[in-house]
Amino acid sequence: MRKTLLALAAGLLLAGSVSAASAADKLKVGFIYLGPVGDLGWTYQHELARQALVKELGDKIETTFLENVPEGPDAERSIEQLVRAGNKLIFTTSFGYMDPTLKVAKKYPNVHFEHATGYKRDKNMSTYSAKWYQGRYIQGLIAAKMSKSGVLGYIGSFPIPEVVSGINATILAAQTINPNIKVKIIWANTWFDPGKEADAAKALIDQGADVIMQHTDSPAAMQIASERGKFAFGQDSEMIKFGPKTQLTSILDTWAPYYIARVKAELDGSWKSEDSWGGLDSHMFAMAPYTNMPDDVKKIAEDAQAAITAGKLHPFKCPVIGQDGKEIECKGGANLADGQILGMNFYVKGIDDKLPGK
Amino acid sequence: MELVEAIILSVLAASTPLLIAATGELVTERSGVLNLGVEGMMIVGAACGFGGAWLTGSIFIGALFGIVAGTLMSLVFALMALGLAVNQVATGLALTILGVGLSGLIGARFVGERITPAAHLHIPGLTDIPLIGRILFGEDAFVYFSLALIIGVWWFLYRTRAGLILRACGDNHVSAHALGYPVLKIRMLAVMFGGACAGLAGAYLPLAYTPFFIPGMTAGRGWIALALVVFASWRPGRLVIGAYLFGAVTILQLHAQGWGVGIPSQFMSALPYLATVIVLVLLSRARTGGSTAPAALGTVFVPDR
Repeated sequence: MRKTLLALAAGLLLAGSVSAASAADKLKVGFIYLGPVGDLGWTYQHELARQALVKELGDKIETTFLENVPEGPDAERSIEQLVRAGNKLIFTTSFGYMDPTLKVAKKYPNVHFEHATGYKRDKNMSTYSAKWYQGRYIQGLIAAKMSKSGVLGYIGSFPIPEVVSGINATILAAQTINPNIKVKIIWANTWFDPGKEADAAKALIDQGADVIMQHTDSPAAMQIASERGKFAFGQDSEMIKFGPKTQLTSILDTWAPYYIARVKAELDGSWKSEDSWGGLDSHMFAMAPYTNMPDDVKKIAEDAQAAITAGKLHPFKCPVIGQDGKEIECKGGANLADGQILGMNFYVKGIDDKLPGK
Repeated sequence: MELVEAIILSVLAASTPLLIAATGELVTERSGVLNLGVEGMMIVGAACGFGGAWLTGSIFIGALFGIVAGTLMSLVFALMALGLAVNQVATGLALTILGVGLSGLIGARFVGERITPAAHLHIPGLTDIPLIGRILFGEDAFVYFSLALIIGVWWFLYRTRAGLILRACGDNHVSAHALGYPVLKIRMLAVMFGGACAGLAGAYLPLAYTPFFIPGMTAGRGWIALALVVFASWRPGRLVIGAYLFGAVTILQLHAQGWGVGIPSQFMSALPYLATVIVLVLLSRARTGGSTAPAALGTVFVPDR
């Protein structure tokens, strides 16, 4: 009896972790997700893109996803599982899958891999990411306009370049509206812990911030801001449900165009290893509707969005002044070079805080 | 001064789920059973609690759903660890993994829904007293209940005969059995109490803390509750101190960052756990006083019939 129970339990576990449709001769495309597909944030947006992909090319492909796959060496097994199941193109959708993906890629040269937000590539491994700092710049403009106290609250996940460049872009934009704008930064040291994110939002509001920005994944901060009658920006996905009178806008991850393009390339044999780092112009992300703000603020945001999309406005236009008052070396001509943004590990002038580890 | 009040309010809210879950686990462990499945029972409690409140519109019914769900989860554990005498550590870990998966399944249709969070007490006059009014008379029902619960548990363990028997089972199940006490039955009730508390603690999160359900929203609080029981050296009084200390450190480190205090946030996040390790060392070095673990904790008991 006990053996039967164990076998049954093991069977259920396996059945629960893989969901796939079966068909022969179709291109098999696999996805590795960090969180549950219902996280309403990062993983959810990848899942929406997968669904769009199926809608577009469903007659030619077959997709599989594994959710809740922890980052780190353990991910290797999950990626390999997808390879053995016959997937020829595999998207690994979080930074922490970088080394595991590379390892599996070296082992299976005939399978193509797409790794999100990383920097290591190989003949059969591409990387893709989005220039979210462009969206953060627009948010900075809105925040400075909407803040009465002149204090913005920023919840960070981990002090990695992607988050740091977001903070810098925000404050550089805000300074163009209000040169004395202040930002309080709290690191949650997690991507996802609704309780802690809510506590961080409460702490920021209690300390005088009246516009909350987040680089963590749950809608908790939005919900607290809504409870306290402040403003906030969503993250990754549309969060207006959690703050109908609170959300100013949100940076929406829109991976669908990229996924469709890459799968099409795989289908016609033109796939090759690339590094795609797209912005508003290539629709790697989008801005949610500008809500809960007066028309003049909305106009500023829309104008900035148009200018960034057209390439006329760059958030890191030189000169960029560092916290120590010295100008940052300008390696990209008129703007900071992409590499400087991708590896950003300094705060700009106007942030009275110390970057952890500096 | 308003900031102090705001901080204390946040600390109380952050500590309450830890206190409730740890209270249940304390009783379970005092009976000699180590249930490592607190996190799993909590997250199922969160999913069911939110579901109950969302379907009926009542926070109270939501809390009941959470309690029932946690109890049912603990019965799975009791069946395996007590009924079939399976290794408790392995069963507890399995219960957590089961709970995380099950909660996602139960909660899938509630993701993205919102409810009105639990109401806060408001007594005209008293609640409006500056500084202490909202802290003493303006909490939600869970906060008051958690304190009543731990006082009740203290009274039960140290002032009643039933509590003495429960502790006897935890310290020496062979003797308790020889004296004619139904060790397994007592342990099952203790495990169920632990499950009910964990379920309620989990339900607190979507019902009062952040009024929505998202898979994985307990984010390790069940493990903190387990650490708290050790931190408290299995004593209710120390458990209260420990729970509020953990809550206070969590909230204060966030405020310290906002003020720009130069202590690394990672270090401050690690402080409560460091404190647990230090307490464990101190406990093992203290020759007298300071009760240590129940002697039969985690050992399987199979009565010879």
